[in-house]
Amino acid sequence: MSRRSEVLLWGAQRISAMVLAVCVVVHLITMIYAVRSGLSGAEILGRTQGNVGWFMFYAVFVAAVSVHAPIGLRTILAETFNWRGQSANVFAAVVGLSLAMWGLRAVMAVFGGAPS
Amino acid sequence: MENLQVRIWRGKENGGFQEFEVPRQESQTVLDVVTYVQRKCDPTLSYRFACRVGVCGSCAMTVNGVSRWTCRTHVDKVADENKVEIAPLRNLPVIKDLVTDMSEFFDKWAKARGRFTGSTTRKDEFARVSPESKERKRVDAGIECIGCGVCYSACDVVTWNKDYLGPAALNRAWTLVNDVRDTARAERLAAVAGDAGCHACHTHLNCTERCPKGLSPTAGIAGLKRAVLAATLSGEI
Repeated sequence: MSRRSEVLLWGAQRISAMVLAVCVVVHLITMIYAVRSGLSGAEILGRTQGNVGWFMFYAVFVAAVSVHAPIGLRTILAETFNWRGQSANVFAAVVGLSLAMWGLRAVMAVFGGAPS
Repeated sequence: MENLQVRIWRGKENGGFQEFEVPRQESQTVLDVVTYVQRKCDPTLSYRFACRVGVCGSCAMTVNGVSRWTCRTHVDKVADENKVEIAPLRNLPVIKDLVTDMSEFFDKWAKARGRFTGSTTRKDEFARVSPESKERKRVDAGIECIGCGVCYSACDVVTWNKDYLGPAALNRAWTLVNDVRDTARAERLAAVAGDAGCHACHTHLNCTERCPKGLSPTAGIAGLKRAVLAATLSGEI
């Protein structure tokens, strides 16, 4: 990987971390509220499906995770297992794409539907 | 006083600890202990020292798992239950016993472009650099490094990433990046960028905690991260 790419990966890690800091706090507060209020699955979906605002929020959350996790995973693989080079890069990229795919699928399931 | 139970590393990487009993004294340093063992118990013990008063950095070793200068480590401070374990510095090849091969430490210093490049000659006027300028304050905060290797030994990233330039080399690069007389800023920022450079640092702060001169390579590395990102985005490197 070129030096320029390595620097930009580091930059992307920092930026996605800032986005995640906000997303994680909001998500935790929301989850705690939902559990404390004793909402059932159906009640939650009643509120979330078709909600454009929350759809966008969780779409951004998924995007940030899909950037942050593979870059971090790449470093962990290198430092813990000494797995470096193109094969490790490809593996991390595949993990990132998978997270994006499954994440977006989940977002569509929970927040998709006709805008309400 | 009871005798100290001392374990000292012998051999190379695949050596082992040898046990000695050393009489305990008032105001005894770990270097005193090593010296006693070599003079009175086993003359084949190899170790490095020079000034023995905490200014040269030659006596750096691992004492009870911690990288430090042995001449500046009082036995009282580290000998729990009268036991001391002395090993060579971490992360460096072992030549023999407590002596390590520091070549890679200095090779990385050169790789990080840790040398000054100027543009004037002896015929020119002295450069004028105010000690109060923010760049010079940054340089002064890191300039006292004497290359003892304690930070390199303490750094976990050096252990996990054999190409990582390490805290000392990067600290020196930072002092030169902030030296307004230096003309090789772009080359130096390029040299310290990437997976083997400043971006590998995880801000564990082992180096800052252990530096016997009270320097903070972590702070310098953070500065390098910012400078490299800016230079990469602007196209300078």
